[in-house]
Parts: sequence; C-alpha cells; structure tokens
Amino acid sequence: MSKEPVAVVGVGQTKHVAARRDVSIAGLVREAARRALDDAELTWADIDAVVIGKAPDFFEGVMMPELYLADALGAVGKPMLRVHTAGSVGGSTALVAANLVAARVHGTVLTLAFEKQSESNAMWGLSLPIPFQQPLLAGAGGFFAPHVRAYMRRSGAPDTIGSLVAYKDRRNALKNPYAHLHEHDITLEKVQASPMLWDPIRYSETCPSSDGACAMVLTDRAGAGRAPRPPAWMLGGAMRSEPTLFAGKDFVSPQAGKDCAADVYRQAGIADPRRDIDAVEMYVPFSWYEPMWLENLGFAEEGGGWKLTEAGVTELDGDLPVNMSGGVLSTNPIGASGMIRFAEAALQVRGQAGEHQVDGARRVLGHAYGGGSQFFSMWLVGARPPQS
Amino acid sequence: MPEVLKAPLVVEFPFTRSLGPVQSAFLTGLRERVVLGVRTTDGRTLVPPVEYDPRTAEEIHDLVEVAPTGTVTTWAWNHEPRRGQPLDTPFAWVLVRLDGADTALLHALAAPGPDAVHTGMRVRVRWAGERTGAITDIACFEPYDAEPGQPGNHSGEFTEPLTGIVAPARLDYTYSPGRAQSAYIHALSEQRTVGERCPSCRKVYVPPRGACPTCGVATAEQVEVGPRGTVTTFCIVNIKARNLDIEVPYVYAHIALDGADLALHARIGGIPYDQVRMGLRVEPVWTEGARYPDHYRPTGEPDADYDTYKELL
Repeated sequence: MSKEPVAVVGVGQTKHVAARRDVSIAGLVREAARRALDDAELTWADIDAVVIGKAPDFFEGVMMPELYLADALGAVGKPMLRVHTAGSVGGSTALVAANLVAARVHGTVLTLAFEKQSESNAMWGLSLPIPFQQPLLAGAGGFFAPHVRAYMRRSGAPDTIGSLVAYKDRRNALKNPYAHLHEHDITLEKVQASPMLWDPIRYSETCPSSDGACAMVLTDRAGAGRAPRPPAWMLGGAMRSEPTLFAGKDFVSPQAGKDCAADVYRQAGIADPRRDIDAVEMYVPFSWYEPMWLENLGFAEEGGGWKLTEAGVTELDGDLPVNMSGGVLSTNPIGASGMIRFAEAALQVRGQAGEHQVDGARRVLGHAYGGGSQFFSMWLVGARPPQS
Repeated sequence: MPEVLKAPLVVEFPFTRSLGPVQSAFLTGLRERVVLGVRTTDGRTLVPPVEYDPRTAEEIHDLVEVAPTGTVTTWAWNHEPRRGQPLDTPFAWVLVRLDGADTALLHALAAPGPDAVHTGMRVRVRWAGERTGAITDIACFEPYDAEPGQPGNHSGEFTEPLTGIVAPARLDYTYSPGRAQSAYIHALSEQRTVGERCPSCRKVYVPPRGACPTCGVATAEQVEVGPRGTVTTFCIVNIKARNLDIEVPYVYAHIALDGADLALHARIGGIPYDQVRMGLRVEPVWTEGARYPDHYRPTGEPDADYDTYKELL
C-alpha cells in the first residue's frame, strides 16, 4: 500500500528576538502553535497528535519540558512525542510528524520546535567540565572555524565568500517580519570590517542567539482538501546520522549529508537538484556553510559551491535563492532553527512567504543539521501533490 | 590492566525563568502571603495555577484567591531529607487541596513522625519569614485543627510584580572514562600517547574509545603514536574564553599525530600566530604535573605535503 501524501496546511512562528521576557516557555510555544492553527483554520480538537522538538534539556534546564507543555499545546488525551537530534531537531521533528501522517497513524498532526535561549546557556550546556578531559579551547565558533579553513584550502575559495553570504542573508531578513536581526543599515563593508573572532570566521558571519518557536500543521489528502489556503506537499523526506568523530570523517562534506540528500531526491524523482529545485532554506549557522552545503547537497560539484555564491546565484533574485528568510544567520532559536527551514520551504511553495517570496517557487528544499555535523534532516516540498 | 579512573562531576547552573502572567501572579502572591489559583471556564479552581486549561486547552487567566488552610489528599514520609529540600529534619511530602481549590499542591508538612500524618488531615501554610516570590515562601505546611481560613478577595494585581526567577539546578554524577580512556590517561602521565587500533578497519583511534565507531567492534590493540604530528587545519582565536587563562590571539589546531588516523585538538605555541599553516610539523611541550601537553610547537622539519594529511582534516 502506498504512503498517504502529507500536506503542510498551517505554519506559525513567533517574532524571533533576543529575549521574550514577557512569556513563559509555555506561552512561547503556544503563540507559534496558535498561529499555525489559525493559518490552517483549525482548532485544538482537530489535532490528533503533537510532536515536539528542542535542543538538549540542559540548555534551559527544564528536564523533559514536553511534559509540562502538554496543556499549552492541547495535547491532553492525545499522543505527544519528543524528538532529540541536536541542532537538526527542528527538521527531524517535522519528519517524525510527517511519517505519522504518511503511515496513516494520524490524520492531522501539530508539530512544533522551540528554544528560549535567553533562559539558557548553550555554551555551558555543551562544554560540561568532564573530569580527565582537556577543556575545549575555543568555543562553538572555534569548533567550526578549522573546518571552514579546510574548505577554503580544498576549494580554493577566496576569503570574501563568507561575507557575501552574511550580507545577503541579513538583507533577506529585512523582508521577513519574523526574523530576529533586522540590520537596516547593513553594508558589505560593515560585514567585512566586523571583528575576526575565530579566524577565518568574523563576528558578522555568525548566528545570533534567539528566543523563538515554529509550528506546522501536517495533514493527509483529505485534510488538505479542506484547507483554506494552498498546501505544501512533502515530495521526499529523510534523516541520516554518523558519529561526531571517526577516522575518515569528512567535516567539509559529511557522507551522512550526501546520503540524506540523495534519499530525498530519489523519493521526489529529482535527477538534477540544481535544475529541478527552485530554492533552498539550509541550515547555515556560520556563513561559510552556504558554499559547503551547496556542494554537499549536490547543487554544485565539489569545490564549486563558492562560485554560485560569488556569482549571485543564491541571492533572493538569483537562479537558486538560498535562505530567503534570512536563515539561521539572522534567527537562531537553536531547537526551532531546523523547523523554521522546513516551514519557510513550505511557505515558499504555498506562495505565502510575503516579501521574501520567490516567484513561481514550485519545489523548495528545507535542510537542517546538528551535533558536530552528525545529524541531517531534509525535506523537499512542492506546490503540487506527489505523483503516484 | 591499569585501574579504571573515576571522579565526581558536578553540573550546576543558575537558570533564569520568565514567568508569564499567571506564574508571575502566583509567585508575587506568595511574596505577599496570598495564595492564588486560576479559574477555568467550567468553574474549577486550579492551585497551583496553570496558563492553559488541561481539559480544553483554553488560555486561562481568571485569578482567584484561596485559603491558606487545606486538606492532605495523600502523602509520603521522607526519612532522610537531602540538601535543598524544604526541611532539614524528617517530614512528610504532602499533596494539599487548599480550601477553595479543586486541585492539590505539592509541598512539605512538618510533623513529628509518620504516625502523626494521615490523608484527610487538616493543615495550614507556615509562611517563611523572608519571602522573595518563590514556592519556598511557603516554608512548609503544619497541622491545623481550627476553622477553615477565609480566602481574601485578591485580584491578582500587584505593585512591583515578579516577572522572572532564578532557578539554580545541580546534578551530582560519578564520572568514569572507562577502560580505554583510563589507559590513555595513564600513558599520558608518562608523556606517552597511546591509542587503539580497530581489528577490522585497522584505523588507530586517539584518544581510544574501546570501540571503533565505524565498524562497531571492540578495540584492544594498543598503539603508541606521535609524539610528533602535523597541523591539518586550525583557527586563530581572537576572543578570550571565560575560565581559560590563555592570551589571545592564539592558534587552535587539529593535529594528526604520526600513526594516528584522526586528529586531536590542541594549541600551537612557539611561533607567531600568523605564521602557523596547514602542514606545519609540531611536537608536544609538557609542563610539570600537567595531564595534557600544554601546547605543541614547531619541530623545524619541512612542512608535510597536503596529500599526506588531507584525509585527516
């Protein structure tokens, strides 16, 4: 028996900011969930199950927050699941929810991811003082910066590429009312003049720390038929994992990322992603990850990702826009960041992305990764239902 | 086989919490010796209050005051109070349904012993002398035989309401790095670096983990690597990390020790930071009594060819 087609009929986000001191965690997730229901013109009673994700519990120090959030998300008397896959969790959470619909376990599922970084200390949560171990000497950016240098060596990319990505994403964010950073006076010169934190990564090429939540309502073909606005259809979705560190690990282009993308393209019948996919929302916490992921996801040959960025292909009006919403570089509530990518992809194919809409976007990829480039989750959504 | 190491690991952090409107009123009320609940649309009063009705999922914010007296609905005796618990002598954990409430609140009951506690017993709030807007503003409950207290008619509006709290969290673990890493650490004390080879893929892991993450098989064959190695990639750190006494800028590098099949991370010294490069040959510099090399410095050998380390970035 074939799978049930999965449709996104509701999307909701909070206005992402540095600190939402006016709401509890429950109040934050509620706001996104409510907006997703409103978008779908549904009520709590229409939801059959809730699937929620966030980054490690250590971040806010609330152990298993999903237990206390059941009331806020209308989950009482329904199945509620929590998904854990580090930074990719927003994407994995959406895929677990989608699989429940695809498998006809549930008709309509609310899926949501959040982070309240103002109440958190992610850096502390990730670098506990483990006895006998040498402390990490460089912080989060220091973990990723050597991989960026490795990419530059391998690809021959000029060292300005990272600043082009940051400049583009911050300008895109100005068109997205939900984005955290709205730097109205941004210029390329300002990006290039910002302090070098972990050479080769500059301050302006790193992501902010945000409070925010993102929710989606996923439903089956019948639910999509009742939807008030055009749905986004899932054409393919996959997750892949690999160890954080192992002999032969390619941090620049991890095998798990390649395999994950290949699986999505196979499901969706994509022969040439560069030709067949109209836009991408990818997880770029440091600007250089745009060219790296362009290669990992098959949009460019190895060593060629930076050429797309440099040629303006990934600009909002380019041939393959990337991070139309402003991306993780403009908004990073860690646990929600992956789901925002998935949701923004859905908004594009629904024609609901507002000022950052790509005209005629029919197939858009949402991408998330997490851990030390260890977990990958992706979906491809389309304006039309899958064939079969 | 050398002894497997063990050490305490304390994980401790003062988390901040934004309260939102309902918890803000509840905790501010405790500071003012007022217990507030929240009324649902079907007329139940929930204490402690919640922001969303567990039955209907509706947002609820109709605050009502309840009495400081109530009835124990169930309990458990705590023979041996631990650090941070409400009382430091044995007490009962109780669920108390306050007069005027439909749900029960978890707290401590001061009582001479378990024989003095029973379900259905009447109790009242014993307020803490100093109150800050926290559940501990109720010091505990105490037995109470007189008439039920009368709830006031507080609206839940306060001057200077509390909007956030700090919630310290602490977890105490006993950490053991296991057999393979213990052996690695013992060897380090002799300034030797010892990894383990996977019997299947033949890769040498440093530090060893006791198993190969690719093949999923146990590793046992010990292999000494280094002491020299090659810088495979690096970054220049320009921001001072808290609790690290290292002058910036400094170079944080991935170093593939000779004979190892993946890189470890360390600081490079003995060379200006802007002269460090991929392929630089380095060796460890030890300081007296340190568990790990303090840093690595150039050996003076010619740089390694990119092809020899490109798989080890």
